[in-house]
Amino acid sequence: MIKHAKSKALYDTFERKGAGQQVSHYCPGCGHGTVHNLIAEALVDYDITDRTVLMSPVGCSVFAYYYFDVGNFQCAHGRAPAVATGVRRTLEDAVILAYQGDGDLAGIGTAEIVHAANRGENITVFFVNNAIYGMTGGQMAPTTLIGQKTMTTPEGRDALHDGGPIGMAEMLNALHSPVYIERVSLSTPQGVLKARKAVRKGLKYQMEKRGFSFIEILSPCPINWKMESGASRKWLKDNLEPVFPVKNFRDHSKEEPLKGQKSELMTGQQLLQLLQGDAAITEFAESSLQEEQYVKIAGFGGQGVLSAGMFLAKGAIAEGLEATWLPSYGPEMRGGKAYASVILSRRIIGSPVVDSPNVLIAMNLPSLLAFEADVVPGGHIFVNSSIIERKVTRKGVQTVYVPASDIAKDAGLLAAANMVMICAYLACTGALSIDTIRSMIPQSVKQEKHVQANLKIIDASLSYLQQQGLISSETELL
Amino acid sequence: MGKRLMKGNEAVVHGALMGGATHFFGYPITPASEIAHGAAHYFPASGRCFLQAESEVSAVNMLYGASGAGARVMTASSGPGFALMSEGLSYLAGAELPAVLVDVQRAGPGLGNIWPEQSDYNMVIKGGGHGNYRNIVLAPYSAQEMCDFTRKAFALADVYRMTVCILTDAYVGQMMEAVELSGEMETGDRKPWAVYGNRESKENLITSIFMDPVLLEKHNRKLQEKYREVEQHCVEYHEYRTEDAEYICIAYGITARICMSAVDELRERGIPAGLLRPKTLYPFPKERLAQLAEGKVTFIAAEMSNGMMADDVELAVSGKAPVRRYGWLGGVIPTVSEIVERIQAEADKGGGR
Repeated sequence: MIKHAKSKALYDTFERKGAGQQVSHYCPGCGHGTVHNLIAEALVDYDITDRTVLMSPVGCSVFAYYYFDVGNFQCAHGRAPAVATGVRRTLEDAVILAYQGDGDLAGIGTAEIVHAANRGENITVFFVNNAIYGMTGGQMAPTTLIGQKTMTTPEGRDALHDGGPIGMAEMLNALHSPVYIERVSLSTPQGVLKARKAVRKGLKYQMEKRGFSFIEILSPCPINWKMESGASRKWLKDNLEPVFPVKNFRDHSKEEPLKGQKSELMTGQQLLQLLQGDAAITEFAESSLQEEQYVKIAGFGGQGVLSAGMFLAKGAIAEGLEATWLPSYGPEMRGGKAYASVILSRRIIGSPVVDSPNVLIAMNLPSLLAFEADVVPGGHIFVNSSIIERKVTRKGVQTVYVPASDIAKDAGLLAAANMVMICAYLACTGALSIDTIRSMIPQSVKQEKHVQANLKIIDASLSYLQQQGLISSETELL
Repeated sequence: MGKRLMKGNEAVVHGALMGGATHFFGYPITPASEIAHGAAHYFPASGRCFLQAESEVSAVNMLYGASGAGARVMTASSGPGFALMSEGLSYLAGAELPAVLVDVQRAGPGLGNIWPEQSDYNMVIKGGGHGNYRNIVLAPYSAQEMCDFTRKAFALADVYRMTVCILTDAYVGQMMEAVELSGEMETGDRKPWAVYGNRESKENLITSIFMDPVLLEKHNRKLQEKYREVEQHCVEYHEYRTEDAEYICIAYGITARICMSAVDELRERGIPAGLLRPKTLYPFPKERLAQLAEGKVTFIAAEMSNGMMADDVELAVSGKAPVRRYGWLGGVIPTVSEIVERIQAEADKGGGR
């Protein structure tokens, strides 16, 4: 066996393997040693050993970290490209290598390699393809040839039963983002020289921050192929290379790499400002809430049911009260039915669920039908009578009919029918002050013309309620 | 600072950033998606990293990479996604990497539905992945706690080099309440074990493999010692009207809030009810439960599962007091009155003793 002088990127002795160990765990004739040497030599030549981080996979090269004198990660089976992504997004200047075999990369880890490639992660992936599982004892790999005998294909791989060998270089070449894809072979000394060049390109492009490089290396596995070393290299040339053509698939290194802009890392103070935004709620007034409010607001999606509930909750917080808001959510909402449960209270709120509301705000007929019966005796039901023609049939509740959609439309903002209903509710019950609601409008409504429209709607709503004798004429109008 | 009205899920993002989170890797799932939405906005805007992974499997491995490289990392999901992360959790534990994972529980098994359940208890608390590992598990029951617990999780994760899970549910995640941010933003220290891609950290290795059984046993023993330490120092719970209580509900998350209201109603009826709410589910407040079990008390383990937490309650109480199991399944939420009536019936029977 030829002993090469070790590169400085490899440890002098392999202490992680065992004290004083100098021999690798790879079998005689295996290609991994060659690939390790090619990479190590390039790391030294480029002087990047100190900033290199290597992902060891699961498979024969699981212990690659025994040998490489770099920062090391051992990864779960197939996940090296995802782990490398995490490292990439953390260490800007590290040189990140993922070293994977065919079971790891082309079997269990297909999702991870495809998406890391597709994101164009600035990493270099070395894919050692020997068409068989080595570490687990010679089972079929995704790259095993048709007819090739393995422990799990004792009669040879059957295309009908197992499909055919996966060309990973070809597959990744279908993606937009990778910058460099090449397949090389260790079958001959000339092949090794080409592999050496490819390894270097893959590293160089990463150092130039060009993006994702993929080097597939066809490699012999004499032990599991059950051949002698020399024969295995010939078999590699005669059988693997025709199925997995050795060539460059892509080199986009002449193109200008994409450059992004990253925001500055914010300090604590800036961050607080960002998080608070302008949405912090100012406390306006003392609350005069008498009774805990269990409010259900229901209607079609798009009627502002959820936002009306939020508005109430914010109003309550502004008056120093406790408030919870619970939405209907998920597919139900996308189906067009929406309701919000809101609780306003002077004390800490236990359950935020409103099973028995003392206030129901019904924006449409299905909502009235669905929740009318749940309202507690003595509770209030507010009905958007612009849309709901039916009258409330149950006894023992106070019902207020408000043509909310008409009032909102007349004031020039049909979408604010929810505001009319809130006004009616608050004006009739005194749960929150109308002044609080007025003060909150500028904070909650983005466009100035909508601020004015909403304020107008509040007045129009109060006028209507006064005309109907639902509230006293002393209720303050602007 | 002022208060803001926000969903529990949004509060998680606020807490995370104040807790010094630098990286969020995640995959969308109802009812946890608002966490990813918030992170996608706030993380990049503040110079931090948000990345949508191709799967939860990849997301948790991105956590592994970023955490190993010294970052403060997090993800958020719900049961089906969290199950996929179990493999990664085991690796994080083996490599002793700090990470924060939020599970906004929905109903299962399988696709189940998107309504709240608490049936991820065993998966998250006992460990869904392989090996003798634990996660610290925090159980918020309000939007404010979603913020505060997430914030605290990052420091805990760093101190113990463990995964810290926030185990919550669809209602706590979807519910809006006032949240107040206060205090300073935290930052992590340099980690002597992390791989920073430089000469100083080159000797470091992030791994969970120990080929020699003797070494792996030693590693496992070290982990167990760490877990014992966590059990000693990290237990937190909240007691509500337990001082003279003869009926004590044990509940967390949304169920704890429903029980709180039930306790108030029972007290109004003259029934001495109380609530013990574990704020940490691992470590579980078993010593406090054992103490309470010395008195004249009936425990009510109330949860939206088939009794996963009740098992821990029974272990802690160890036969010294009766434990009733109230369970709801499939996304059905208990009502306050239902709990009140069941405990009233217990009281009518005379406490079950």
